[in-house]
Amino acid sequence: MAEAALPQDAAAIYEPSLFGTYSKKIGMWLFLLSDSLTFGALLYAYSYGRISTPDWPTPFHSGSIVNATIMTAFLLTSSLTMVMAVNAAAKGSEKTRRLWLLATMACGTGFIVLHAAEWSHLIAEGLRLPIFPAVPHQQTASEFVTVSKSVPQFASTFFGLTGMHMLHVTLGVIYLGVIALGRKFIPILFGLWLLAWLATPAYSPFHYGAHLLLVVALVCSLILWLKPKTYDAADVEVAGLYWHFVDLVWMFIFPLVYLMSTKII
Amino acid sequence: MDASQQAIEQRVAEQHRHHRVAPFFWVWGTLLVLTAIEVYLGYQNMEPKRMLTILMGLSLIKATLIIGYFMHMKYEVSRMKWLTMTSLVFCLAMMMMFFPDAFRILSLGVR
Repeated sequence: MAEAALPQDAAAIYEPSLFGTYSKKIGMWLFLLSDSLTFGALLYAYSYGRISTPDWPTPFHSGSIVNATIMTAFLLTSSLTMVMAVNAAAKGSEKTRRLWLLATMACGTGFIVLHAAEWSHLIAEGLRLPIFPAVPHQQTASEFVTVSKSVPQFASTFFGLTGMHMLHVTLGVIYLGVIALGRKFIPILFGLWLLAWLATPAYSPFHYGAHLLLVVALVCSLILWLKPKTYDAADVEVAGLYWHFVDLVWMFIFPLVYLMSTKII
Repeated sequence: MDASQQAIEQRVAEQHRHHRVAPFFWVWGTLLVLTAIEVYLGYQNMEPKRMLTILMGLSLIKATLIIGYFMHMKYEVSRMKWLTMTSLVFCLAMMMMFFPDAFRILSLGVR
């Protein structure tokens, strides 16, 4: 590598960056700005529906709220571990960096598992979208069946918003896995795809959603095969920006979707 | 990689090496406390519009802490801060133009 022989005061030789930082980071910020408009539009659409529907349901019992609160704590903690990973990467501590990244991935996975469990519970109770496969032996008189029929916007916005966010968190965990483990993460990803596919019942949306892991595993394999590289401190920082963004978005979804629909007894 | 880019990356990493970790723990604790307050408010029998205003206010404080500290925006140059944040706030504020229509539907009595 020719750039390995860079002199210590190289920064002083070149024209300073307009934004005081490197292109990769500016690129990620631009992506996050555009992505925040996507989530902004979804959240505004939800709020529009919430305001214009006088009989908006409030079906979330304390079980759902406790679950969502634990999920929030998982995400907030994962942001702290991500900051520690960025810090360790800047100090050049390879092992510590990897450990903090794995801790972040563990918190993210905890979030996804709890979220998937909650989705499965709500679907079994009758909250569903028309595109979901029919659940065998489903109750027909539950509160969520009534909600799905009387205010269909509720299920649409709930699954739309939280599903989009869950997709971002899943991709974030994979992104961090590639940064932390490189090529070693690919077989793990294939294993996770098989596990998610075989462990979920055929009527679950996750049974089909699991194939996303297969697609991502193939794309990651291709990228790492075409352009193998060792990820440095800048890559960890850029991945951290993405990870904090998914945490940030949840800070709006949690109160809007869950707390504004709490069943007060 | 471009040598100038590598030089900038080295300088940014050097800045991160000097960041103390204690403020990040304080921010994490504050975010957890704000979340607990939000959950408490969720169980109060409050008028939805008032509840929405308070919850969104708390969420904006949390977002500011995450962007400022965790995403390191606090440590960026002012040009970066102003250009990114003003454009984002402007675009999101423009989306609010749809809300009067939502209230119009309410006053029309459509159910």
